[in-house]
Amino acid sequence: MKIPYYPGCTLKSTAKHFEDSAIESAKKLGIEFVELPRWNCCGVVASLADDDIMHHLAPVRNMIRVLEMNRDGLVKNEKRLLTLCSMCYSTLKRSNQRVNELIDDLDVLNDFMYKEEVNYDGSVKIVHFLEILKEMGFDKIKESVTKSLENLNVAAYYGCKLLRPKEIGIDNSEVPIIFEDFISAISAKPVDWRNKSKCCGSFLTVDNKDVVVELGYSILTNAQKSGADIIVTTCPLCAYNLDNRQKNIKEKYPEFKEIPVVYFTQLMALAFGLSKEVTGFDGNYIDPVKLLKSKNIKV
Amino acid sequence: MIKRVKIKSSNRDFLKKVETLSGEDITVCDRCGVCTGSCPLTIEMEISPSNIMKMVQLGQEDVMDYNSMWVCSTCNYCTARCPRGLDVSKVTEALRQIKLRQSFDKIDIDKIPKEELRELPQIALIGAFRRLTS
Repeated sequence: MKIPYYPGCTLKSTAKHFEDSAIESAKKLGIEFVELPRWNCCGVVASLADDDIMHHLAPVRNMIRVLEMNRDGLVKNEKRLLTLCSMCYSTLKRSNQRVNELIDDLDVLNDFMYKEEVNYDGSVKIVHFLEILKEMGFDKIKESVTKSLENLNVAAYYGCKLLRPKEIGIDNSEVPIIFEDFISAISAKPVDWRNKSKCCGSFLTVDNKDVVVELGYSILTNAQKSGADIIVTTCPLCAYNLDNRQKNIKEKYPEFKEIPVVYFTQLMALAFGLSKEVTGFDGNYIDPVKLLKSKNIKV
Repeated sequence: MIKRVKIKSSNRDFLKKVETLSGEDITVCDRCGVCTGSCPLTIEMEISPSNIMKMVQLGQEDVMDYNSMWVCSTCNYCTARCPRGLDVSKVTEALRQIKLRQSFDKIDIDKIPKEELRELPQIALIGAFRRLTS
């Protein structure tokens, strides 16, 4: 299956190991990511002010590229646009939702982009990789597992953007299960914990680090108390706030014990027996390799 | 002691402005406090999300003097749980927009330490500049 793929800015730099592990794991499952030609930044955060149509331009332009890919035969009748990053997923999906609900806004945007060869018609569907995996059937993922992670207790961290607002969430916003099902499918053990969808502080990490330290401390210690050895995430911003910011947490709370935070695709690549170049554990701030070795998992 | 609040036409204008920018029918809010109870950042805010709603209902512009609207990360817990179907994160965005559209910048890029700037991922910088600068 060939599917249009939107990487977003951070997956090409600090979260390269997220992209690499996702692409290679998907290949094992017979999914080929076809990167959007000439994709542009989605804007990271959704435009929320009612009169702010301009900031929907960037997301909608990416959707035009999907239509062009179909026109040019890069994909066959595949109008789903796959995302890995939670922020991209949310921003693209919320813009898509708005132009589908408010047709006048879509007209304004299409008029503005008169130099584009194709008008956007609202027909693209934004999907997250986890949704595609669920649709394929988690049983199929189980079949591809060659390295057991059964000793590994994993806390699935949804964060905000995969679940809220409810209208665009990939699962129930209060009691989600899709991520835990995924973890079971790759043979690891999901733990149940309270802070799985608590906000990590998001972009406040730039000018209000103290807030992020407090939220991170609360999220990470809750995962540890619930028996987690490792946390998995789908978002490069959550990853930065929960992984890299552990050094700031440690400064404020010296008794805090570090816990690795990795992308869900890194664990999938590991379970599929892919090489260490693909799993990319050297890209994580807190080294997960030591933990994995202590659990008798060869990295 | 009973505190009497006199609502002037300027108060009504402010409420109207926030309603227009947010697209939310703010007077529908019962101030039940579910948003405040759900918000992971309430603890960092000088006034709670339900108090933001109250002040906007009364058209009190000094709601923008508190840090709350800048602390909101738009995580949408309030949105998902409001029994009235309101989106408080759109109200905080409207308040931020009123300030930002007067060329106000919440963050000064020169004051971010160089080593932080080198380390922060694009996603954090773009998100912060979109939400917190004019």
